[in-house]
Amino acid sequence: MNESAPTHAKHVKESTVTMDAGEMRCDAASSPTPDPSCVVRAPIGLLAELTHRCPLQCPYCSNPLELEKGNTELTTAEWQKVMREAAQLGILQVHLSGGEPTARRDLEEIVTTAAENGLYTNLITAAVLLKRDRLEKLKACGLDHVQISIQDVDTQAENADRIGGYKGGSAKKKEVAGWVRELGMPLTINAPIHRHNINSVEAIINYAVELGAGRVEIAHVQYYAWALKNRGSLMPTREAFMTAARVVERERERLKGIIVIDSVVPDYYAKFPKPCMGGWGKGIINVTPSGRVLPCHAAESITHLQFDSVRDRPLADIWLNGSAFQKYRGTEWMKEPCRTCPRREIDFGGCRCQAFALTGDAANTDPACSLSPMHEEWAKVADVESHQIPPDFIYRRPGGATPKPAVQKAPVSSDA
Amino acid sequence: MGETAPRQRAIITVASKPVMPPYIKMRHDAGRNRWLILAPERLFDPDEIAVAILKLCDGERTVGEIVEVMSKEYNAPAEEIEADIIAMFQDLADKGVVKA
Repeated sequence: MNESAPTHAKHVKESTVTMDAGEMRCDAASSPTPDPSCVVRAPIGLLAELTHRCPLQCPYCSNPLELEKGNTELTTAEWQKVMREAAQLGILQVHLSGGEPTARRDLEEIVTTAAENGLYTNLITAAVLLKRDRLEKLKACGLDHVQISIQDVDTQAENADRIGGYKGGSAKKKEVAGWVRELGMPLTINAPIHRHNINSVEAIINYAVELGAGRVEIAHVQYYAWALKNRGSLMPTREAFMTAARVVERERERLKGIIVIDSVVPDYYAKFPKPCMGGWGKGIINVTPSGRVLPCHAAESITHLQFDSVRDRPLADIWLNGSAFQKYRGTEWMKEPCRTCPRREIDFGGCRCQAFALTGDAANTDPACSLSPMHEEWAKVADVESHQIPPDFIYRRPGGATPKPAVQKAPVSSDA
Repeated sequence: MGETAPRQRAIITVASKPVMPPYIKMRHDAGRNRWLILAPERLFDPDEIAVAILKLCDGERTVGEIVEVMSKEYNAPAEEIEADIIAMFQDLADKGVVKA
């Protein structure tokens, strides 16, 4: 999925830990010979969801439909303990995410502790709450990198602000991106891609260059949680996706050495299922605002799993022995056709959450895999929905997932 | 403006003076007993030779001088390792791991 050009330099191998609003991947597993003895090795990345509070209301948010309330969040001291335990466990990078992580007033203290413990700190932000002096403070506390999400380019600000449900957001993000660069910090632009901005992919890449980003993520929405709720509104057509994929290929070549373009494809249009987190309980650990420890941010959708809290158990103990981590770690839990599949340690049977949501058993093959008996039926959904008039967004807000259903409209042949 | 994202591709030659920007961190990972390069949302896994080369990058030494040092250190003819070292730097420059 992350097709990087073949490299001459054999002395430095690259592994990628990429995140976007919908999905996090650890491509360390894409090396051809995964070492089975490393199955329980320490995770590389910690996704710290500091809060589910967020001023934006993006309809593809990767947070669960049941958002955790502010009064259940870990305290400053508890997050600092998580950072120390993460470093002891061997974690290298921490992604400070949310919701909107800058909604936490103690972000500076959390960053300081993370940096003091040698963690590489990455702020994943919608940027609209940031002031220049706070960004400067965060830098002084040891913040290494800033990732800003955008909804569309600045010349399409109205569309961008409609998608995010936040007036003036687009202009504010541009301003903050400028500060990041003025302060000499590396910047990534993350652009979740869907039907309402897929025609802007080329413009988005150029905008990221203009903003001074060293990386841009063309992150096709992954259809879980809020995005699954809004799939009918968000799913692009296969044609639109293929056009966007060609643009990415071309621009990657043209902008070589100027900006790194990472791309996450929607698995509805992918050839193989995506490797679930690079392997369940293998490279990534996720802590929710209230301290629940998950193998991936969507894992709570698998209703029979039990999750431990950093309030009750040390992080390393949860990682090594927690029942939710043990459940789908490695390949022992697999059924056929995964069990004997030559790709079983490459894509790990796809996504456990998607398998559970669509087949009722998380140990089944992800329907994104062509070997799943449900594959055809599942793949058809994207084609049908992407050609219908998109229903109104169900915006991401507390309690927002349950109210009135979207108005049903008759399918038409032309795309909106 | 900062200088973290060159708007022109840096082409590596023997005269280039490569250096890792401050936000690229090469460190020894004791738990896994290996060297690692930490970069924005990326990780690189340098081998022993890459580590030795990158430790020589201070923004003052040229690629040519680095080739010389490595040639002596590893007892390998400079002309044989030069292309390899330039290719490595070019790849790392394209990925934003070194500036030159």
